[in-house]
Amino acid sequence: MTTATAAASTMTQTWQALCDRDDLVEFSGVAAWIETAGGPAQVALFYLPGHATELYAVDNHDPFSGANVIARGIVGDRQGEPVVASPLYKQHFRLTDGQCLEDDDVKLRTWPVDFDGDRVVLQA
Amino acid sequence: MSTQQQLIVIGNGMVGHHLVEQLVERGAHERYAITVFGEERHLAYDRVHLSEYFSGRDADSLALSTADYYAEHGIELRLAEAVTAIDRDAGEVVTPEGRYPYDRLVLATGSFPFVPPIPGNDREGCLVYRTLDDLDAIRAAAENAATGVVVGGGLLGLEAANALRGLNLDTAVVEFAPRLMPMQVDTEGGTLLREKIEALGVQVLTERATQHIEDGVDAAHRMVFQDDKVLETDLIVFSAGIRPRDELARDCALEMGERGGVVIDDRCLTSDPAILAVGEVALWNQSIFGLVAPGYRMARAAADTLMADVLERSPETFRGADMSTKLKLLGVDVGAIGDAHGNQNPGARMFRYLDEIKQEYRKLVVSSDGRKLLGAMLVGDNDYYESLMQYYANGLELPEDPASLILPSSEGAPALGPDALPDTATICSCHNVTKGDICTSIDAGAVDLATVKGETKASTGCGGCAALLKSVVDHELESRGVEVDQSICEHFAHTRQELYDIVRVEGIKTFGELIEKHGQGLGCDICKPAAASILASCYNEPITDAAHVPLQDTNDTFMANMQKNGTYSVVPRIAGGEITPDKLVVLGQVAQKYDLYTKITGGQRIDLFGARLEDLPAIWGELIEAGFETGHAYGKSVRTVKSCVGSTWCRYGVQDSVGMAIKLEHRYKGLRSPHKLKFAVSGCTRECAEAQSKDVGVIATENGWNLYVCGNGGMRPRHAELFATDLDDEQLIRTIDRFLMFYVRTADRLQRTSVWRENLEGGLDYLKEVILDDSLGINEELESQMQAVIDTYECEWAGAISDPEKLKRFRSFVNDERPDPDIIMTSERGQLRPA
Ligand code: SRM
Ligand SMILES: Cc1cc2nc3c(=O)[nH]c(=O)nc-3n(C[C@H](O)[C@H](O)[C@H](O)COP(=O)(O)OP(=O)(O)OC[C@H]3O[C@@H](n4cnc5c(N)ncnc54)[C@H](O)[C@@H]3O)c2cc1C
Ligand code: SF4
Ligand code: FES
Repeated sequence: MTTATAAASTMTQTWQALCDRDDLVEFSGVAAWIETAGGPAQVALFYLPGHATELYAVDNHDPFSGANVIARGIVGDRQGEPVVASPLYKQHFRLTDGQCLEDDDVKLRTWPVDFDGDRVVLQA
Repeated sequence: MSTQQQLIVIGNGMVGHHLVEQLVERGAHERYAITVFGEERHLAYDRVHLSEYFSGRDADSLALSTADYYAEHGIELRLAEAVTAIDRDAGEVVTPEGRYPYDRLVLATGSFPFVPPIPGNDREGCLVYRTLDDLDAIRAAAENAATGVVVGGGLLGLEAANALRGLNLDTAVVEFAPRLMPMQVDTEGGTLLREKIEALGVQVLTERATQHIEDGVDAAHRMVFQDDKVLETDLIVFSAGIRPRDELARDCALEMGERGGVVIDDRCLTSDPAILAVGEVALWNQSIFGLVAPGYRMARAAADTLMADVLERSPETFRGADMSTKLKLLGVDVGAIGDAHGNQNPGARMFRYLDEIKQEYRKLVVSSDGRKLLGAMLVGDNDYYESLMQYYANGLELPEDPASLILPSSEGAPALGPDALPDTATICSCHNVTKGDICTSIDAGAVDLATVKGETKASTGCGGCAALLKSVVDHELESRGVEVDQSICEHFAHTRQELYDIVRVEGIKTFGELIEKHGQGLGCDICKPAAASILASCYNEPITDAAHVPLQDTNDTFMANMQKNGTYSVVPRIAGGEITPDKLVVLGQVAQKYDLYTKITGGQRIDLFGARLEDLPAIWGELIEAGFETGHAYGKSVRTVKSCVGSTWCRYGVQDSVGMAIKLEHRYKGLRSPHKLKFAVSGCTRECAEAQSKDVGVIATENGWNLYVCGNGGMRPRHAELFATDLDDEQLIRTIDRFLMFYVRTADRLQRTSVWRENLEGGLDYLKEVILDDSLGINEELESQMQAVIDTYECEWAGAISDPEKLKRFRSFVNDERPDPDIIMTSERGQLRPA
């Protein structure tokens, strides 16, 4: 875990602790509040235990419906790339960079996220 | 630009508008200053579907374009301004508003309904059927009328008759010829058509020539016929054929046909090369074409003519058109292909098939050597049209026994595979799209039907080619290896049915194991819910268990239906629609306490909307306390068993329908299946529970129960079919057990029983063999599988609220108790709703 060095090397962004591993749901998502430079935001945390990248953090706000529901979508992959499907109108968003696969112009925000022991920490 | 030439189009009907589109496509609006005159106040609309104006469509939805489209392309559209004269010497057209110069002129004035010169034909309430304004006039006149007569039993006459019937008039059709639709059908066909139409309550009078119309005694008008017989009616619609609107051309001395029509050549030029004519006003090779497809072809040819010098290909010409038609008139299928009467080809031979019980008639006209189809006639079932049309239009070699093409077979019409069609085969005649065009579009990257439609415009005219287009597109995609493949998704190279068998045979209990052994990757929102459903059908473990929870659609995960603002609806089970007053009170109290919107559903229960995720457990805690259990409104599972009041209260009831509904609902609740399942039980044949629109419908008889299966409401309604009669309670339940489990086992993902049944090879008979006669020897297994599901039922909400681990899932945020501030409600009719 290299959290400390990462935090030291960024001036404006800091790592914040969100929750415990226990709060996550395996192969699915939960929502959390984070503080960003632009104010509080809702983030969807997805947990894929045993995979190369185990944690992803993307915007919880679904741009198509306007509702805060991305954390409640089904996680899967498209051609090997991890994605989440919006639970309302089923668009797919890439977990790595938030890109919507159905609409080039739509992208969710993403944040670096990691474990610090059993704590989930996110950089914003 | 001063060098711009003036192009005037007279008439903004279907063909006039198509011409404008074709001109724009060729960039003609940059070269010409285009002005379009339309006599009607409406922008071009879909006259072919005019009758739908009476069944709910309005002028806007019938419009073929928008004023913006014209404005965008710099085309001046002058509606409600009729041209009154053409001054060829000055090169000007004249309207009541002024004179307009032209360099090129196109006549697209269409035709008008012919009103026979009968004394009295101009009385008030004597109308025609051609324009939106005509239909408004008919509607207005019908308000004070009880009876209506259509003069003319042709295609348009019957359409008008249907409209009058729809306006609740007692309707009659009066035809001069000995039969209806004399142009399209022969004596046998005409007789059948007449029977069918009379059966709908429309009176048919043939061989009647109206002599005059006078004041009626019991109705507004009295029509007097040649033999002094009379018919009284309040309203008369003339539909005795069409005549070209060629008065402008006649007045300026263009060459005309003997019986009217402006003579054009292959390039749509009239006798004055500055003037063109297209559509129903034009006469080509002594023929007027009263259909839209030939008009569209003329429009394309005319556009090419006007742009000939800059086209980079040889201009299209008009070379006549096929007048084959397929219609549904008053709900009766009629089709005519080519030389349907067989009187244009000496030596032609015929096959006829007549079924007086089903009321179907089909005729084939084939060449003397029996190898080519020259024409065909269909009454009663147009399923045969598509493939016959392909044999005819493409000169395909007929099968050994051509009669097989019109003989009924259990499979319906023998389909002509799309691969048998040559590239030149016309698929859509409205937009002149060939199979080759479709292949080109697919080769250029189109991978689905919608894209092909968008690019080629195929199937966007009359719509008659939709089925054929789909089969060609599917076939072509398949032959290019595009995955029209049946695999459920990229993670499993198996169908749902195969996955089901794998799960059952190998005893696989989790998605993790399934994908590890038989799939690849993480899965997705297609295969995960499908696998969840299969696992639940087989083992019925709670869907909230850790291994299953990530597989579920959000509705199943949270055991409630997500609404558009991220809140949920709560639907407790109210089996059979029966509820005690105490429980009703509880529902009201819970709704009040949690600020929920309440509504009675179409499934005889009560839906509470607007619940926040974090409130769901508390809401359910109170409901379960009061004796409610989950209603599975969120699941692909058994929904409701609707009931009528039945013999307990109803004077007609012969069995206790409520009791049976409750019994069935409790038996099958919690069964997860490929799609949702709906039931109903009616207490007698009056069928107040609408059982015949359900997946499983039960109707009481004096002797027990009749069972109906595979009905559907929804997007494509289908009547359930009678499956077994006079069953006792025990037989009924055993039959439903087997039926449901067989469906669960063999259906595709998200396939309702109706669609499953339609795709079932062997149809209802096969289903009866399997379920009633045990032809596959699996019934015992099906029954015990069902019993296992029933024995393992537990209310998943009760399970969830007593398990702290499962409850963790119902937090809006894992690190904060604040509710989601973006859920904003407002109030309407005294209740909350999403803002
Ligand atoms: C609540 C209700 C409307 C109402 O207020 O009356 C309703 C609401 C929904 N219907 Fe329905 N349907 C409701 C009765 C019906 C009926 C009538 C009936 O069951 O008697 C039908 C036609 C009958 C049929 O299904 O054969 C019906 C045909 C559909 C369809 C089309 C199904 C089809 O096969 O074509 C869908 C879409 C689907 O399932 O894919 C649908 C889907 C839906 C969904 C689930 C749409 C969605 O995903 O959000 C709605 C969920 C509402 C919610 O959050 O609770 N609903 N829906 C009714 C619930 C009945 C109940 O107590 O469970
Ligand atoms: C009820 C009904 C059902 C039909 N069903 C079918 C069908 O199923 N399949 C099929 O192929 N065809 C069908 N048709 C026929 C089809 O609608 C016509 O073939 C098509 O509309 C012809 O197009 P058009 O542009 O030549 O004529 P129209 O659509 O009649 O357009 C001509 C326009 O020119 C205007 N006009 C005339 N004179 C002047 C003038 N001097 N100045 C300015 N404007 C003028 C008229 O007001 C009219 O708006 C049906 C027709 C009707 C009425
Ligand atoms: S279906 Fe028959 S028994 Fe049931 S309510 Fe209607 S009339 Fe009465
Ligand atoms: S044939 Fe009319 S839309 Fe294709």
